[in-house]
Amino acid sequence: MAPVLKLKNITRLFGKGCPSCLESTGPDADTNVCSHCGTVVACACVSLDLYHDEILGIMGESGSGKSTLLKTLHFDIAVSSGEIYFENCADINLLTMSPFEKRRIRNFEMGIVYQNPHLGLKMEVSSGGNVAEKLLMAGWKNIDKTRKRSRSLLRETEFPVGRMDEPPKNLSGGEQQRVQIARALSSNPKVLFLDEMTTGLDLSVQARILDMLRSLQKRFHVSMIVVSHDLGVIRLLAQRTAVMKYGRVVELGLTDQILEDPRHPYTQLLVNSEL
Amino acid sequence: MTLKEILRKTFDNGYNFAFLDEGAKREIRRKILKAVAIPGYQTPFGSRELPIARGWGTGGLQITLSIIGTGDTLKVIDQGCDGSVNAVNIKKFIGRVTGVKTTTDTNKASIIQTRHRVPEEIMTEDQILILQVPYPEALRTVEPEETETRRMHAEADYSRMWLYLYEDIVRFGEISIGARYPVAVNGRYIMDPSPIPRWDIPKLDRADTLYLFGAGREKRIYAVPPHTEVKPLEFEDYLFRVEDFGDARCRRCGSCDTFLDEIIDDETGKRFYQCSDTDYCDRRTVDGTGS
Repeated sequence: MAPVLKLKNITRLFGKGCPSCLESTGPDADTNVCSHCGTVVACACVSLDLYHDEILGIMGESGSGKSTLLKTLHFDIAVSSGEIYFENCADINLLTMSPFEKRRIRNFEMGIVYQNPHLGLKMEVSSGGNVAEKLLMAGWKNIDKTRKRSRSLLRETEFPVGRMDEPPKNLSGGEQQRVQIARALSSNPKVLFLDEMTTGLDLSVQARILDMLRSLQKRFHVSMIVVSHDLGVIRLLAQRTAVMKYGRVVELGLTDQILEDPRHPYTQLLVNSEL
Repeated sequence: MTLKEILRKTFDNGYNFAFLDEGAKREIRRKILKAVAIPGYQTPFGSRELPIARGWGTGGLQITLSIIGTGDTLKVIDQGCDGSVNAVNIKKFIGRVTGVKTTTDTNKASIIQTRHRVPEEIMTEDQILILQVPYPEALRTVEPEETETRRMHAEADYSRMWLYLYEDIVRFGEISIGARYPVAVNGRYIMDPSPIPRWDIPKLDRADTLYLFGAGREKRIYAVPPHTEVKPLEFEDYLFRVEDFGDARCRRCGSCDTFLDEIIDDETGKRFYQCSDTDYCDRRTVDGTGS
């Protein structure tokens, strides 16, 4: 079966870069800063496939390049090199597309939930408006229909719909994340990116949001990439998991297998250090 | 007056015809051509120093000075009024540096420079309306950064403008924008029509007249060529509408189908209405077509 999203050698450097950047960094070199030119290698040669209805987990310590990878997939930041292929645009590297086409794909085929709701939401605009924005982008010109759709999406995410006209800045962290999820799902995307979305929420809210996500995933048939340093989140959501360190994928496999029988020394360390 | 006399007169003043030097006029004309070629697109231009301060109509003035010829007849209005200080001064200035005829009659003018109003009378294909623009960027209300608004225009990424209108409806039950109502020109660019009332927006749509917009402080020129579609942004269930004056009539000419100014008498505190377009009102009063 063809993957929904295919990443090939995604590399992102922060700095001017030199020919020996890649070989002088990584888990073996035990650093992600190039010793020759001081460039930070945020992620290097990451190749992953995301399949239909699949939740792929990416775990690793902070600074391992998880979020950078996700942001390149959502075109928030540019890659230094690499290719991304998307099911609906077979054989065209998304990264070679024009900004206009990229924006179209991002708006209609992708959704993202950031750890920090300030990145994903407009704090001054009403919560309903935040959800409606993607619909307006898609050319919805009927307020009544737009509001009905926003309301039903917010209801799906167990958001108190009576507060849909309030701006997110008046809401709790958990509610803000629900608005982000509703917004991400509003265009019926093929893929959803979740970047540490439950970090910073209290445990009961975390559990409810993760539960809700699992049921939404089944209902909307959306593939997800979940970035988290929380093994619990990965265990609960992801079927397959990639482990990243210093910008490289050091281990990739079924989540159970990785958590129960880690191969790479770093993964062993990570799994064993869970409280 | 012949051209020779005019030239002698203006050169005697020590000024070139129409104040600006020929190079400057040529540059502005080129930018006008570009603006006309891309309806609604804001063309940057080198805004020149003038004897009036930026923000006082220098954009409109530079367009007028660049396109005016000896055969033109000029009218200048400020919020519909021929007699306001700003309009009179600009008209005097242009008259002095070009020697062209000036008028207050909309029908007799070939070039009309205006601030914040479009004349009530339907203008013809032989006329040009030049609007002074304080803020040329319609997206400025939703995005403060210039590089970002340019990108939004380039990619036709207008969802934030629509979101702004959505929010307005959620909050107030209707779109609350009065003047500067955003319009889509030729199905492509969203344009700021300058602070004209909503009343004047339908006059821009598929008009016979060329509309030129000049923003001197912001250094932008844009245009709506004749017969171009100009559509105010609206939703299917919340349509654009013009101002409604109820049963109010102009106290001078009795008009009830023109844009009216509300005036409050300082002493009695009484409210009354009067046409904002003074020339139109005057002629109706003299004609006796009013009541």
